[in-house]
Amino acid sequence: MSIDASYLQYPRRRHGMDHDRYAWSMLEQRPPLRWPDGRPLALWINISLEHFPLNPRGEGFKPHGAMTMPYPDLRHYTLRDYGNRVGIYRVLDALAAHSLPASFAINGELATRYPALLRELQQAGGEWLGHGWNMDQLHHGGLDAERETTLIAESLAALRAAAPAPIRGWLSPARSQSALTPDLLREAGIDWCADWVNDELPYRFATRSGPLAALPLSLELEDRFCIGENLHAESQWADQLIDACEFLLGEAQTLGSGRLLAINLHPWVIGQPHRIAQLERVFEHLAAHGDALWQTTPSAIVDHCGVIS
Amino acid sequence: MRSDPQLYRYLPYRNRPQIRWPNGARVALWIAPNIEFYELDAPPNPQRKAWPRPTPDVLGYATRDYGNRVGQQRMMRVLDRYGLRGSVSLSTAMCIHHPEVIAMAAERNWEFFSHGIYNTRYTYGMSEAQERAMIEESMALIREHTGQRCDGYLAPALSHSDLTIDLFAEAGGRYTCDLFHDDQPTPVITRSGQRFVSVPYSLELNDTIVYVVNKIEPRRYGQMIRDAFDRLYAEGEHSGTVMCVPLHAYQVSHPHRLRAFEEAIDYICGFDHVWKATGREIAGYFEQHHYDDFVRAQNALDETVDGSGSRQENGSASGQQPRASA
Repeated sequence: MSIDASYLQYPRRRHGMDHDRYAWSMLEQRPPLRWPDGRPLALWINISLEHFPLNPRGEGFKPHGAMTMPYPDLRHYTLRDYGNRVGIYRVLDALAAHSLPASFAINGELATRYPALLRELQQAGGEWLGHGWNMDQLHHGGLDAERETTLIAESLAALRAAAPAPIRGWLSPARSQSALTPDLLREAGIDWCADWVNDELPYRFATRSGPLAALPLSLELEDRFCIGENLHAESQWADQLIDACEFLLGEAQTLGSGRLLAINLHPWVIGQPHRIAQLERVFEHLAAHGDALWQTTPSAIVDHCGVIS
Repeated sequence: MRSDPQLYRYLPYRNRPQIRWPNGARVALWIAPNIEFYELDAPPNPQRKAWPRPTPDVLGYATRDYGNRVGQQRMMRVLDRYGLRGSVSLSTAMCIHHPEVIAMAAERNWEFFSHGIYNTRYTYGMSEAQERAMIEESMALIREHTGQRCDGYLAPALSHSDLTIDLFAEAGGRYTCDLFHDDQPTPVITRSGQRFVSVPYSLELNDTIVYVVNKIEPRRYGQMIRDAFDRLYAEGEHSGTVMCVPLHAYQVSHPHRLRAFEEAIDYICGFDHVWKATGREIAGYFEQHHYDDFVRAQNALDETVDGSGSRQENGSASGQQPRASA
């Protein structure tokens, strides 16, 4: 018994990363970051608005939240759709009640299906992010480049007509990418991407068509991750967000460098009536720290850090 | 394949030879940060996929890379605050990819032991010669980049063969972290019959097992650490115990998790009779002071069971039989 000799060879073993997408860099070794007005913590709340088709192809893999039952899986389809009919309005009300800004990552197909939802989001204000076509059309390693180019173009086109401002940011469905996704996003005019959760601050990401900024959107604080995948109690999820906020505020002050709290929310998870009060508890906590928070848009955070300028 | 790993003999937790740690300590506490490198495009292994998603698994890769970019220094600050030195379970390719992290650990006089080359290269399918080459290269990397002798081993991604521990022992290793059968060090049977120790690591208190496999929330993890300590400290009054907390900077150092860990460590460090040790120190102390007692107790137990009293003393340094070849 033996394994192919290449299994004990390490052609990418070198200083830095084993790929060329970004430079190796430890967050605390970078120059201190100063947010406007010396505020210690930037806050980015993103709301992911998603469409899970009833007839998924499951190409690449099935993300958490996809249909799991034999067709027609009405139970999961409608539970996801609940977020776009009911949950989102509870979330919007909670944001407004605490005067907190948010961005919206919107599946292209959802935008074409529910123009009335887009009008409500326009009213709410806030930046929009490209979020792919739907939760079954993933960007993954097996995707043909031409198809992916079209997919990105169509996803952005579906938002652009109604978007309050040019779309500069992108969150891939299920944070999944092909080897070309960063290149194609840059070529589609995208300035920054939130998929890579390897950092807590913006950093520079290389593509074949020039630099892209990476603005990591924390996975492990998500409602969907904590409540949906880990089955934590709603109150325990809220505790974790509050603990993260306190920790980052403390670290920003101790180390004298700005930090970022990035929160991703899914109305189909947190918009349920037994959960929304926990989101409100988190928002109350954040609002109470209002003077310490830079409440802004994600593009403004990217621009302030100057990683691609 | 064997139905029993044939790596250790039965010895009940009660009525064992007593372990007396230095300075009357009840618990030998060791912290084992896993400092790992995972490859974005690892070569395929016939028995285990490196990533759940198709290549590139950006989410899996970035989740681990976070530990090196963000987490290591946070974790080090907490351990510094409590005078705890890490015993690093090292993906030894880190010496080349990220020597800056290795330097930070070395400055703190932390121990380094081998956790393979990459945590995306599994032992499965390797021939004896290949596994030996991988183990020896990993030990050489530690020697070359840290000046330390590599005494301990935790197989990469806990991927083992029937020979893993034999090969590591023959390469000059002294202890393994791969066995979870006890709360005290135990003698390990090797085919060469050399003296070799199992130092209790812990899967139950391993942050990755806690957060990824068991999906536990952070404050409960802190409580688990305290509860484990309370019990091991109480039992350690009679005979010294070992408590290990294995960490991964990509798990424990998240802003929503690190405080809960620190509070648990703060609690533990408030007790007097705690030996803040490293894996090497625990293995060495046990080997020197208690190993032979444990082997004698095992032998006596076997004699009691088979009634023959005729077990031959063998001439090996371990005082126990080498494992018969399969």
